[in-house]
Formats: sequence, C-alpha cells, structure tokens
Amino acid sequence: MLYRETGQYKTSYSADQAMFPILQDRVGLVLILIVAFVGVPMVATQYTYTGILIPFLILALAAIGLNLLTGYCGQVSLGTGGFMAVGAYAAYNLVIRVPDINILLAIFLGGGISALVGVLFGLPSLRIKGFYLAVATLAAQFFLDWLFIRIKWFSNYAPNANAPDLVIFGVSFSSPLERYLFVLTIVCFMALLAKNLVRSRVGRAWMAVRDMDIAAEIIGIRLLHTKLLAFAVSSFYCGVAGALWAFVHLGAWEPLTFDVNRSFQVLFMVIIGGLGSILGSILGAAFIFAIPILINQVPATFGMPISTALAAHLEGMIFGSLIIFFLIAEPHGFARLWQIGKEKLRLWPFPH
Amino acid sequence: MTSSGRVIGDTLLKIENITLSFGGVRALSDVSFDVRKGEIRAIIGPNGAGKSSMLNCINGFYHPQKGQITYKGTVRQQMRPHEAAAQGIARTFQNIALFKGMSTLDNIMSGRLLKMKRGFFWQALYWGPAEREELEHREAVEKIIDFLEIQAIRKMPVGKLPYGLQKRVELGRALAAEPDLLLLDEPMAGMNVEEKEDMCRFILDVNDQFGTTIALIEHDMGVVMDLSDRVVVLEYGQKIADGTPDEVRSNQKVIDAYLGVPH
Amino acid sequence: MAFFFEVVLGGLLAGVLYSLVALGFVLIFKASGVFNFAQGAMVLFAALTLVRLMGWVPFWIAFPITCVVMIALAFIIERVVLRPLVNQEGIILFMATLGIAFFLEGFGQTVWGSDIYTLDLGIPKDPMFILESVFDGGLLVDKLDVFAAAVAGALVVGLALFFQKTKVGLALRAVADDHQAAQSIGVPLNYIWLVVWSAAGIVALVAGMVWGAKLGVQFSIALVALKALPVLILGGFTSVPGAIIGGLIIGMGEKISEVYLGPIIGGGIENWFAYMLALIFLLFRPQGLFGDKIIERV
Repeated sequence: MLYRETGQYKTSYSADQAMFPILQDRVGLVLILIVAFVGVPMVATQYTYTGILIPFLILALAAIGLNLLTGYCGQVSLGTGGFMAVGAYAAYNLVIRVPDINILLAIFLGGGISALVGVLFGLPSLRIKGFYLAVATLAAQFFLDWLFIRIKWFSNYAPNANAPDLVIFGVSFSSPLERYLFVLTIVCFMALLAKNLVRSRVGRAWMAVRDMDIAAEIIGIRLLHTKLLAFAVSSFYCGVAGALWAFVHLGAWEPLTFDVNRSFQVLFMVIIGGLGSILGSILGAAFIFAIPILINQVPATFGMPISTALAAHLEGMIFGSLIIFFLIAEPHGFARLWQIGKEKLRLWPFPH
Repeated sequence: MTSSGRVIGDTLLKIENITLSFGGVRALSDVSFDVRKGEIRAIIGPNGAGKSSMLNCINGFYHPQKGQITYKGTVRQQMRPHEAAAQGIARTFQNIALFKGMSTLDNIMSGRLLKMKRGFFWQALYWGPAEREELEHREAVEKIIDFLEIQAIRKMPVGKLPYGLQKRVELGRALAAEPDLLLLDEPMAGMNVEEKEDMCRFILDVNDQFGTTIALIEHDMGVVMDLSDRVVVLEYGQKIADGTPDEVRSNQKVIDAYLGVPH
Repeated sequence: MAFFFEVVLGGLLAGVLYSLVALGFVLIFKASGVFNFAQGAMVLFAALTLVRLMGWVPFWIAFPITCVVMIALAFIIERVVLRPLVNQEGIILFMATLGIAFFLEGFGQTVWGSDIYTLDLGIPKDPMFILESVFDGGLLVDKLDVFAAAVAGALVVGLALFFQKTKVGLALRAVADDHQAAQSIGVPLNYIWLVVWSAAGIVALVAGMVWGAKLGVQFSIALVALKALPVLILGGFTSVPGAIIGGLIIGMGEKISEVYLGPIIGGGIENWFAYMLALIFLLFRPQGLFGDKIIERV
C-alpha cells in the first residue's frame, strides 16, 4: 500500500515530464541522498572509504559515461580505460605544467581533453557498426595504453608520479571522509546532468540512432554529429572518472590501472546494470565492484586461507559464472529488475 | 478547386527523367511526374515496380544517376535524408521504422527534433528556456496524440504495441515535424478493414486540416481510388500511366499490368 | 633486400598463427552470430589440457583426449549458456562469452596449474635457410613456423571439405545464411551450434598446440585472441578466406612496422599497430576484404 500513485494527479505537462513523477520515488531519492551524505559518514571506517566507496563511485561515473554511449546511442565501446587514462594524464599534465591551476578545473579540463580524443576515435563510427566498431575502439585502448607508457613526456619522465594535495578554493580534501564527499558530490551532480540529457532532445536523438539509424536520419538527425556528440560526452565522463581515479583514489598515476581489463570491467557494469539506464549504471557498478571483494572475504571468514593465485583463479570462475547467471536470469539488467519490482509493488497485494 | 472545396496549388515537387540503378539492375528508368501543393498523389504499381525506390529518391536516401528533382521551385542537388527533412519532407515506411526502445510519446517527440533549438548545455541543465521549450513541444505533440486517438498508449514502449497502432504512431512521428510534403509508404498494408478506415480518415483529415501535401504508395485499389486526386502508375521501373483515378482505371496498360496479359 | 624478404616471410608465418585463432572466431560468428570472446581462453584451456596430459601419456593419446574434452566443453556451453540465451541481442551473447572466458581461464588454471609448461612436439626449433639459390645466403626461417603454416593449411583444407562436402556442412551454411529459414526446413539449430563450437574448440586446440610449442603454454596465450581481432575486422567476421588472408596481411604489416617503424617512434608498437592498420583499411572499405558492397534498404 505504500507504493501507490493513486490520488496523485498531474495537472500540467511540467509535472508529467518531471524526472520522478511519483511522490514515493522523490521521497526515496531524498532518503538515499541523506544516507549517502550523512548516514554513511556516521558509520563508515577508513577502509570503507578508500577500499570500497570512493573507487565504486568513480567507476559508477565511468559506467554512466559508457552507458550514454553504448546504452543510449548504441555504439559499443571497449576503449573506456583508454579514455579514462586520457583524462587522468591530461589533468596531471595540466597540474604540473600550468602554475597555480585549480585542481577541480584541471580535473574537468582533463575530461574535456578526453572528449576531444573520444571524438577522434569516434570518427570511424560513421562507416562501421556493431562489433566492427567495438573492435575498432580497442585500437584506441591499445594505442592510448602504449602512448602513456612509452612516450615519457606524458608522465613527466617519472614512472610513478604522486598526486598533489587536493586543495580546492582553499579547502583541503585530505581525509578519506572529505575525499568521499568530494567524489560523491561530483558524481551526484554529473549523474543529474546525464539524466537531464537523456530525457531531452539530445537523448532522444541518441536513442533514435540506437534503435534505427536510417529512420533517424530521415526524421532529420545528422548521424555523424549525433554519434560524435555521444562519443564526446561519454569520453568526458570517463575522462573525469579517470582523473578522479588518479587524484583521489590512487593518489598516483600508473598506466596499467587503465588497461583493457578496466574497459571490460566498466562494460560489465553497464550490461549487468542495464543498458540505457543511469540508475542501472550505478547499481551495476556496485555489483561488479562488490563481487571480487566478497569473493576474497568469504574464505577468510570461514578460516580457509587460500593462496593468492588460487584465489585469483577462483575469483575468475565465480565472476564468470555470475555474469552468465545474471545474463540468463535478466538480460536487461538490474534496471529492469527494479522496474519490474516497482510494477509488482504497485499492484500488491494482487498478483497481476 | 476540387469537389470537396480544397485548394490545389502550384507544383511543389517535380520529378524529371529519374533513372536509378543498382549495379546492373534498373530500379527506375526515365520516370517523370509532379506533385502539386495540397493534393493527395498516389503511386501505385505491382511489386518490384520501383515505388519505394521513388520515395527513397525523393527524400534523399538514394541518389538517382540521371534526372532532376525540383522541390519548392529549386533544383535539388545530391542531398542527405536529414537535409530533406530540414526542407519539410517527412515519411513513413513500408516496414515500420519506429524507435523500438522508446515510448510512443518519445517517438513522436523525436519527430520535432529539428524544431528544438536549445543548445546542449541548456538541455543538460533542463532548466529555464530548455524546460519551457520541451513543454511547448510536448503540447504540440499532445495535439497530435489527440488527433490520432492514441492517448492511452502515450507511455507504452512502441515495440509492444500491435501493428496497426505502430503504423499510427509512425504517422504521428511524421506529422510532428509539420511537414510540407508527407510521404507514406503503404500506410495500410496488413491492416484489417476497420484499421484501414481509421487510417483513411487520418490521411484525409491531415490533408484537409493542415493542408499537407501527401504522396502515398498503396496496394489497396479501392483506397487509392477514393483517397487520391491523381495517380501515377509504375511498372518495372517505368511510368505507364498518370492521371485522375478514373483515367487511370480505364487505361489499358494499367489493366494489363494488374491483370497480366499473354506475351 | 634479402633482409626485407626475411622480415616479410617471418611476418607471413606469424600471420598464419593469427589466422588460426581468427578462424575459430569466424566459425562461431558465421553459424551463430555470436562474437565469441572466449576463443582465446579456449586456446589456453586446450593447450593446458594437452600439455598436462602429455605429462602422463604420449601425444597420440593426449591429442584425441583433448579433442573429446573440447567437444564436451562445447556441449556444456551450448546447454548452459547459449540455449537459455537464444534470441537475445548480440551484445548480451558477447557479454556471456566474456563470462565464459573468465570462467575458463580460472578453471583451466585451477585444474591444470598456472606455471609455464614447455610443449615439445618433437619439432626441431633450430632455424633453417631456404631459397639459397635466389638470395645470397638464403632466407632464415624457423622450422616451427613452417610446421605451423603447414598445420594451418591442412586445417583450412579440412574445414573447407567439411563445409562443402558433408551434410552437416550444408546445414551449417544454411544456418549461417538465415537462422529462421534454416530452422523452418528442419535444420536442428542446437545440434549445429554444438558442431560449430566443437569445431572451434578443435581449431583452438590446434592453435594452442602451435602457439604453445612456440612460446610455452602459459596464461599469455589467452591474449592472442586480442591479436586475432584486427584480423577479423580486416577479413570480415564471416569469411574463412578473409581470416586467412587477413592474418597474413596483419602478420606481415606488424613485422615490417616493428622492424622499420618501431625504432623511430619508441618501440612496443605491435600491440596497437595491427588495429590501426585494420581501422584505416576499414575507413576505405567498410565491408572488409571479402564483403559485398552493402546496399541499405528501407
């Protein structure tokens, strides 16, 4: 009885177009935000921030970015890690080469440069589609990997650079809690922007291209323009995520953290979470990020210490099986499960 | 002036000597006809006569090797479909080409993409002018939804709708662009009698209320003869007849094409 | 000049190995439309199984046993993964094969261990000289590479005969053409999938054998799958000759670039050069080497 929209009449198109037209959803969102901003800091430990929450939030941001491109615009990309690397290294170079630059600005400019690179590697999307394009984006991934390892200028001739202190507008973000709040704020803000984009003209153009590109062109959508915009926005999100990963999570730069496995990891998040859903990206990120941690914790809790190699192999097996299991159970991901759950709740206690 | 009192104006679209081939196959050879402002023009012919190819040429999807197309008084150079759309040409497809992952409302809203002007950053903020613009267009789309009597399926994903309704939504998307020239590729294919009657009513109303010029392909002869002002008949990529429904009906070549003649 | 030809020849022979992996991809994509990312993991798994069995029994017993293992694997994959996911979108199936890849890599190494194993097929590894009459001093090639090329050639001929001459091959081509039409005339889809996955498993075994003999059986041979991908976009996902020719072009281009271009821009370019090559090629010919020009219809 709690989740009902009965009696909530929409009297204007504005109310009907709202992001969460149903009152209960709005209340739920506010509750989640209160928990994230106030509740979590009251209970979380040092490890929860640095080991779980901060990396999860950053990867969720990358997943939102990839979902804009793959889930909304239908262009499969395996180059996410590469675009994250561009953001990270661009921000790093801005910080060391531009005196007194604001770090927040450097992070977002890093995203901007990543967007430009994304546009460049998105150019083939006009001519090739589907898996051909996916493989082509691997070219971006491997080329960028190589670039940041081999061309020493990008890493300022230092193999492992440490991040400068995170001081923005005179406020220092040094403790895990402060860093968590910093990342959380950015992620919430960018998730909101992404949600706005996909429910407006831009999002509809992307989805039109995804669903049927020929028909999209015939209603007046410029295909290349639309696809490149998706590449740009997606790479911007990934670039910001990469910069945050280096500045806030690792506190250092290492090219290997953005290799092809990162790309697959983020793609898993998007698929398991649900293609074409912002909420799904976040849920998927939580799930994919949590599994390995849980797998590592379980044997220790039962007092069965296992070797690291075996643990890694078992993790691969369990992870692989879970992926397959979830794809079979619900190919459209958590976002769809969530929707079905809401529908059921609306009808409860009457089945169907 | 026609009997119903509608105004048929000057030539809107003029097709001259269009020839289109794929490799060695000729889809259209030397076809000429015109469409006048405000009329309903039908293109008929047996399967494989080149009707859909003709529409594809008009909205810039195919580029004919020879001939020229004059639209609104200017000769058109090679253009992409989105440029044709920008000039006010909208269409529907023989096999429904809706955006399956989107709702009815979003599909029709997407028809108004070209009319929405607010930039990317306004959209990201969804605030002020961007929101106002969105609502303005929502209102226009709601009028189309009312017109086509599809209020109940507004929020449903179109992939789940029955065939007849999908056709209706597709018409809605084309109408949302407020086109000057509307191309309909077999709008009534696969429909039952009631659905056909509805669709006929919509086509006539669109033409009557909005003054939209319509070029349509249709197989149901009864429908074609009732709806259209003039009919052009294609067979094997060539024009074999052109005129009012009555003229076409009594044309010997047309009768042969449809009934078959011993060669 | 002789050096240049040596480089080219070396590249072509390396390319044969890429072709072998690409062939496994093509078989599965052609028959089921699945982009099988687990092909590399299958290569690793097959090679591991073979090399560990050879610790107990001679090659001529270990090889057929491994074939049976690969067929059993195909059976399990068809039952457990593909059948429940039938009619899903390509990307979902692709993700599922990524899951298979994770599983197989973990499973193979859990069961068979994760050390580096030498696979000795009794082929001398010493280099030899050929075409001494044409070039001064002849061209230096690796005997193992020549052996690999011969095996790959035999495999392709075998597959071609299988597709062209047998009833199963005919059914397979029908399925590749149109799933639903093939089903409607009574081609059992599940059985066909089992056959192609088995065939791809055996191709993986051969590839794993050759790669293993060259590099030693270790985790990194799962990564050759990544090398085979540019071959695929060059040759087309559905063309067997495309996989062969594409592999040769990529192998050759990679070697030439490594020798002549690598030193100039800092080395280590083999990881992405093939991709760039394939990408540039695609920009000019989106349908791949052997594809027909695509006519879009509405």
